[in-house]
Amino acid sequence: MTDLLTMEGINKSFSGVKVLENVQFSLRQGEVHALMGENGAGKSTLMKILSGIYSKDAGSVQIQGTESVASSPKTAQGLGVAIIHQELNMIPDLSILENMFLGREFKWGRTGFVNWPRMRSEAKNYLQQLGMDLNPDSLVGELSVGQQQMVEIAKALSMHAKILVLDEPTAALTKREIEKLFQLIATLKTQGVGMIYISHRMEEIFQISDRITVLRDGRYIGTRDTNVTTMDELVQMMVGREIKERFPKVETNIGEERLRVEALAQAGKLYDINFSVRAGEILGIAGLMGSGRSELAKALFGVGKYQGKIYVNGKLVRINSPADAIKAGMALITEDRKGEGLVSDLSVRENLALPNLRSLSRLGFIGHRMEQDFVGDSIKKLNVKVHHSGQLVSSLSGGNQQKVVIGKWLATQPKVLILDEPTRGVDIGAKREIYDLMNQLVQKGVAIVMISSELPEVLGMSDRVLVMHEGRITGEFSRENATQETIMVAATGGKSHG
Amino acid sequence: MGKVRGKSGILQRMGPLVGLILIVFILSIVNSDFLTVGNIFNVLRQVSINALIAYGMTFVILTGGIDLSVGSIIALSSAFAAGMMATGTNSWLAIGVGVLSGTLMGTINGVVIARGKVAPFIATLATMTIFRGLTLVYTEGKPITGLPDSFGMIGRGYLFQIPMPVIWMLVAFGALYVVLKFTSFGRHVFALGGNEEATRLSGINTKRVKILVYSISGLLASLSGIILTSRLNSAQPTAGTSYELDAIAAVVLGGTSLSGGKGWIAGTLIGAMIIGILDNGLNLLNVSSFYQQVVKGGVILLAVLLDRSKGK
Repeated sequence: MTDLLTMEGINKSFSGVKVLENVQFSLRQGEVHALMGENGAGKSTLMKILSGIYSKDAGSVQIQGTESVASSPKTAQGLGVAIIHQELNMIPDLSILENMFLGREFKWGRTGFVNWPRMRSEAKNYLQQLGMDLNPDSLVGELSVGQQQMVEIAKALSMHAKILVLDEPTAALTKREIEKLFQLIATLKTQGVGMIYISHRMEEIFQISDRITVLRDGRYIGTRDTNVTTMDELVQMMVGREIKERFPKVETNIGEERLRVEALAQAGKLYDINFSVRAGEILGIAGLMGSGRSELAKALFGVGKYQGKIYVNGKLVRINSPADAIKAGMALITEDRKGEGLVSDLSVRENLALPNLRSLSRLGFIGHRMEQDFVGDSIKKLNVKVHHSGQLVSSLSGGNQQKVVIGKWLATQPKVLILDEPTRGVDIGAKREIYDLMNQLVQKGVAIVMISSELPEVLGMSDRVLVMHEGRITGEFSRENATQETIMVAATGGKSHG
Repeated sequence: MGKVRGKSGILQRMGPLVGLILIVFILSIVNSDFLTVGNIFNVLRQVSINALIAYGMTFVILTGGIDLSVGSIIALSSAFAAGMMATGTNSWLAIGVGVLSGTLMGTINGVVIARGKVAPFIATLATMTIFRGLTLVYTEGKPITGLPDSFGMIGRGYLFQIPMPVIWMLVAFGALYVVLKFTSFGRHVFALGGNEEATRLSGINTKRVKILVYSISGLLASLSGIILTSRLNSAQPTAGTSYELDAIAAVVLGGTSLSGGKGWIAGTLIGAMIIGILDNGLNLLNVSSFYQQVVKGGVILLAVLLDRSKGK
């Protein structure tokens, strides 16, 4: 039987730079084929060629044995290719069915009037096929991210998609939603849909995929059957070298208390939060999306009013603004790099200097030389890959952007560093660099609070783990007692202490 | 990637200048009176009023805001100053009070916008009406005349043969250029316009920055009001009506983005000159004032469309 999709010898260059060179990829009916590689390896370019956003320079794309050229996203749809993007493409103020049939509404004959009853029953039909009990008339904006994604998949099915590309589908989902998605993927497999699954999360890929293809620097590295390969092999294929441990945790001397929080509360968000972190310690905070972890980080950083007491270095402090938090010796690296961490219209230099302008200025004037030296230092220390410091920060890769965010805060010499999802959207090589950096900091006596949705990361890097659920702390575990299972129990509301 | 962006950045910056040179070139060919020292100073004197307002508007627009009240601030602050002078107060003191009142009006805009969280368009639309109304109340709808002769120096005088308004325009440009380019406040303005949340989380008092840019806008509006009053030798209750539009046009023509975070004040000066030269040139060519508006609007639209197509 021929493959559903065969891509061979694909080449693509942008202004003379080869981004894909002789890449191959294939997909069988009813198969989940994971596509892996660091950021910039060429995964998205390959998928954009498949979906008609880019045209290939050379090579062949065959769908069910016939050479098929998708010259636009529209023709790709006609060929049965659908992409579920990382950022969902739906209009929040329209209903599910309006979104599903946007631009291809059923009409009454040729009148131009929309045939609502027919659209409603079709939408219901597709939603039910996926086991989703949703009212097609509810607004998309009222759905959770997970539900929105399911609706996108239903939309793809309504267009008779045979090849479904899932680009980081679980990045914004809760554990329960991920399980639901995986059930859905299993259902689609039985219906013969082929799925290309792009993800940075190893555990998921091993759980869900049949085969794994790795790209590196625009080249095809290899394809493995999931049940015979190992994580170590894949990591080595992706980075081209062996990474000994994914989580290079070091032993440190845990010193005096840096941060203590007593009975912290924020109306409707946080209730009775008590914890402390010591110098040299990494405190992991686990929990599902919406459990209040990021709200806790923000509250500590002076966003919103709070009740309760915050002590930094043993001194009671009142934090009414981010400026107060910085003065007290804290730094926050937010989960939303683009929305809260960086000013994308500014250069790498200007972003690095932003929270440090006070120390880089005399009488309100920025010291040019001081700024240059400071920025040069930071770039070197953090190994940020830039052409020059005047480059727009938005032109960097995710990992390098994250290093800029970290760099801008390190210079404030924080005693307490709060990291919210420090490695989200960051490739394996850069992840390792961020972990190494965390190690250097705790060795220097910084206290780190690390919020993360990746349990392996929490388990691998933390000295102690707190678990949050619905704005409360529902579990605390020492490094020895923390396991994926105990954390998940606490994160879903079951009480347990280790 | 970085290099490509840099290049398009330079193009974006050169665009307004190229446009200005082109207009000057064309006008100097079709009309021999245009490129004379007398006429150039005449144009620059006319430009100066709009340029000063537009400088302040640049700060506001860089933060992603807008200030529609500048025209009314001109009228009210100059009415205050003229009223004091007409009743015998020292000119410098009267000017000081006028400028201070304008700055305060701007600060009120800023407080309403930053603390009251009102959209800048709505807030300044309201204060535009309020300040205009207050002007009519204060002046009883009549011009204030009888200003001291010495006051005429500010708007009608010369320094080394250069009209005083032109000097004010250039001095203010130099000062504000330095503020935007070399001070941490200037950096905060760009950062705030680019990403307010990231700026706030970087420990910058974003409300203070917002209030300050409107104060600056009010300050510059009242300064241009003083110059206008001096030139007209009277304060008119309807002075400055719809001046905000020319100021916004100058900022946009200069290449500053209305969504904030991107722009430069030199572009605004060029933009103001384009508008002034266009007005002057069309006058010299005896184009009817009705058609002048059509042409001016057309040029603004063309400039923005060219800018858009470059962004693609």
